[in-house]
This record gives sequence, C-alpha cells and structure tokens, in this order.
Amino acid sequence: MKKYLMKLFVAGDSPRSERAIQNLMQLCDKTMKNNYEITIIDVLEQPALAEDDKIMATPTLIKLTPYPSRRIVGDLSDQNKVLTILGVQ
Amino acid sequence: MSKQLQIEKLPTGIVGFDMIANGGLPKGRTTLIAGTSGSAKTVFASQFLVEGILSKANESGVFVTFEESADDIRRNMMSLGWTIEEWEKNGKWLFVDASPQADHNIDEVGDFDFAALLARIEYAVKKVDAKRIAMDSLGAVFSHFTNAATVRRELFRVATGVKQFGVTALMTAERTSEYGEIARYNVEEFVADNVIILRNVLEDSKRRRTMEILKFRGTSHQKGEFPFSVMPGEGIVVIALSALELKQRSSLVRITSGNAELDVMCGNGFFRDSIVLVSGATGTGKTLMTAGFMAGGALNGERCLIFAFEESREQLIRNASGWGVDFEQMERDGKLKIVCEYPEVGSMEDHFISMKAEIDAFKPNRLAVDSLSALERVSTNKSFREFLIGLTSYIKHQEIAGLFTATAPTLTGGVSVTEEHISTLTDSIILLRYVEMGGEIRRGLTVLKMRGSMHDKNIREFNIIDGKGMQIGRPFRHVGGILTGNLRFVAPDELDRMSNLFKD
Repeated sequence: MKKYLMKLFVAGDSPRSERAIQNLMQLCDKTMKNNYEITIIDVLEQPALAEDDKIMATPTLIKLTPYPSRRIVGDLSDQNKVLTILGVQ
Repeated sequence: MSKQLQIEKLPTGIVGFDMIANGGLPKGRTTLIAGTSGSAKTVFASQFLVEGILSKANESGVFVTFEESADDIRRNMMSLGWTIEEWEKNGKWLFVDASPQADHNIDEVGDFDFAALLARIEYAVKKVDAKRIAMDSLGAVFSHFTNAATVRRELFRVATGVKQFGVTALMTAERTSEYGEIARYNVEEFVADNVIILRNVLEDSKRRRTMEILKFRGTSHQKGEFPFSVMPGEGIVVIALSALELKQRSSLVRITSGNAELDVMCGNGFFRDSIVLVSGATGTGKTLMTAGFMAGGALNGERCLIFAFEESREQLIRNASGWGVDFEQMERDGKLKIVCEYPEVGSMEDHFISMKAEIDAFKPNRLAVDSLSALERVSTNKSFREFLIGLTSYIKHQEIAGLFTATAPTLTGGVSVTEEHISTLTDSIILLRYVEMGGEIRRGLTVLKMRGSMHDKNIREFNIIDGKGMQIGRPFRHVGGILTGNLRFVAPDELDRMSNLFKD
C-alpha cells in the first residue's frame, strides 16, 4: 500500500488549528496505521511556504500521494467525509 | 485643525483622477473600486501600482489577484505598455496569486479562516517594502468556496488586517447593475473607507465610461460623474472638466481671419484667444474659411493645426489648392499639421484625449476643427457638450485661436444642433447661408456675434473664386429673411423710407 504523504497548513495555535491537527491525527491513527507522513506548516511562521502552495484558507490539508492529489479546507470536523475525499476505505 | 487629524492624500498619478480626488487617494486607507464587468476595474487597480513605481518616490506595490491569474494580468497589461514582468524582476511589483487553480480540487470540511491569505499578503508587503496594494476582485473569492457566510466574515477580517500594514490599499468589487447596490456581496463597501464607482453605460447604443467618487471618509473630493477613457500606453485618463477653472486670460490682440474683407467686418480680425464658430449648410464654404484661416496664420509665421473629420488629407489638400492655398508647402515649412480621422474611430472621450495630445505635441497658435457636426453624429448630447467645454477651455488656456465649423441641416436658413450646443461657448459666430435670388443660388455671409467688439451687421454676398478663395462683396439689398430661409423682397422705396425713419 502506498504511503500517505500530506501537508497541513495551520495558522498559529488558534483553536481552529488545534482542532484540525487533532482531527487529522485521530483519523490517520485509526485508518492509516503507520503508513502516513504529515508535515504541519504554520503560515504565520512560514508565509513563503503558503505562497508556494497558493494556500488561501487555513486549515488546508493537501494530500500529495497517493494520486490524485486533493485539498481539503476546514477543521476536518467530519472525519468520515475527510476519509472519503482522501480515498481511504 | 491639528495636523494629525488631517487625512493625507497619496497622488495616484492617474491623469485627471488626482484632480477629481482633490489630490489623490486617502493615504494609508482602503478604497473600494466598484464597477460592472468590463468597467476597467483591473486597469485601475494595476495602474495604481504602475504609477507608484513610475513616480519619483518609486513606490513598490503588491497585487493580490482573486480572479485572473497573474499570467493573464501580465499579458493583458502589456497592451497598455506596462512591463510588469520587468518590475517583478526588480522587486517593485509582487503578485499574490489567489486565483482559482485548475489543478486544485478543493473540498470544504468544517470551519476555516483566511489567515493564510493575510499572512501571504503581509509577507509580500514586507518583501518588497510595498506602499501600495491592489486587490482584484474581492467578490471572486465567493466562487472559490461554498460557505458564503464564512467567506464574508473572513474577507472582512482580511480587509481589516490589510489596514494594519500601513499601506494605501485599493480593492475592486463587481457590481451587477450600473445604478444599484454598490457591490454584489455587500461586504466590500463596509470594509472600505472610500468608494469609487466606475460605470460603462450604454447610451444611444454608444458606450460611455464614467468615474464617480461616492465617498471619501473624512476628506474632500469632487462630486458627480466624470468621463474617462482607457488609452493604449497610458491607461485610464479622466476628463476632469468641472475641476477646470474658468480663468482664461483675455487679450485684445487681433489676428487675421485670412480674409482681409472679413477682418474688416469683424472690426479688424478675430481676437487671438477666441473661438469662432462658422455655421452653414453643406457646400456654403466652411472648409474654405478653415483653409483661409490656416493660410492667414501660416503667412504670419503661426503654427496651424487642423482636425478634419469629414474629408481625407488628399481631398483637403486638393480643395485648398483650388482656393490658392498650398497646404503641402505649409506642412513642409512646419507651419501646418493636418490630422484626419473618422469620427467613428472612438468615443468623444477618446477624441478629446487624442486631440489634446496632438495639441500638446504640435503647440499650434491656431486650431481648426472641421466639422464639429461630424463628431456630434457619433456622440450623445451629454458627452458632446462635455467634449466642447473641455476642448474650448483647454485651447483658451493655451491662448490658441480656434475655428470650429458646424453643418446646418437645411440648405437655406435654419440652425444646426451643434450651434445650439456651442453658441454660448464661442466668442464669435459667422453664418454662411445660401440665398436663392432670381432663379439662382448665391452665398451670403454675416457676422452674427463678435464678443467684445463692434462688427458689420450686414449680410454680405460672397463668391468663391478659383485660385483665390473667398471674395466678399456687397450687402444683400432689398431682401429679408435670409437667416430664417423665408426670403422676402423689400421694395427699394420702402427701404429708403425705413432708413429715413430713424434719421433726425
């Protein structure tokens, strides 16, 4: 099974950022075992990276692999929906 | 009033705009540019940055694009002569591209904010030390996301955030109608201190662009709609008529009309800084008078400029040579410039701006427009009137003598519509009329009005002589009603009785 490579853009330690990180960790732990890698980027610290990926909203999750790549905007509160979009069964 | 309370203005450098904005955009504040699609919002936003870079202060700018890609903007603005790519290399222009990306499939799950966008803008502003920001167009963000309420809340936050950067910001917003709500999503107007509306109105099947400053919070501006045009190589040019002052100097210096007899009729020639209207039916000799006016100037070493909207260059030169005026020689001597254009090539605003450019470049002492009626054909009443006011006040400022022609619609008598518009703006009016007498058509001329001077009140007959031009003869006697076109013959003995009536 191909490894899940993801980036999560958040803004500082706002409640919304915390929620997004928590939600993502939970669903990855549940469904992807150890087969995933997440880079968390704080746009306030590294705005250049946000610019490179043309990130507009926070939180934004980018799934790079497996293809096709997807973007999800929001605090990922609906975990089942996130899994469907990411293509995780 | 203390200094701190006064709002400083930032001159945008957009021609005419700073005049109607009483100096420029309020510095350090956010201004909303609202307009329907195609109303030149993006041009305004880009030009705001361009003029900053080209100004003495050489200010950098950040362009945040929500709608078109940065590449589209680079390409589109090339046609206006703006080399954005070059400025980007020199660190004077920076894009923050927030336009929809084709390869991004975005889904929404839960709540979000635009902190990333704000962080990117701040990063860009710091990177190039920007003094100006343009955001185009805010409303487009609504199409990227499904949750409109969140977008509204977050846009408000971004706009408020931008205010903290200490830059002068300009945001554009789409309108759905020319006269209605300020902006489509009702969020844009609340975050801006100032609102400017661009209109692109269809009037008599002609497009007319206008700009209106709706509000400048806490500072002054000119009110009402001002026509503007988008010119290649220049961008937006606002025609600020009411901002012009009526302070032309008035000189008593006389110049020749090009015809010695007509000079006598006018009380020794036209005034140097006056506008003369020559009105008559087709073929009565308006272009002939224009040619004479030009030749008279060139003979005295004056520079003459003629705008011809009815005839081609070749026709004009040929006709003039038939009247003994050598336009080609005058051009070789650098005394004459002929500008021929179809009135249909542009709007009145375009014509005004290009004529102004010609006048500035050639610096004429005399100017002729043949004919105003041809221009009027392609304009609406309002824009024609504004054009006339603009042109007459502009050339009077430069102390240029002007001669405009107008075509009367009927062969005998009558007034042209052009006349109604312009008669109050001109200093002198000369009427050329056909007079039907004894089964033949003759030509008559009269000086109807000569501001500030005595003049001959007779209606004089004139002939057009091959190789010589206009030859003015004696007054028409025994005939009345020439001006109205209802001829009436007056018996000679009655005429004597009438003139004796007032003798003492």
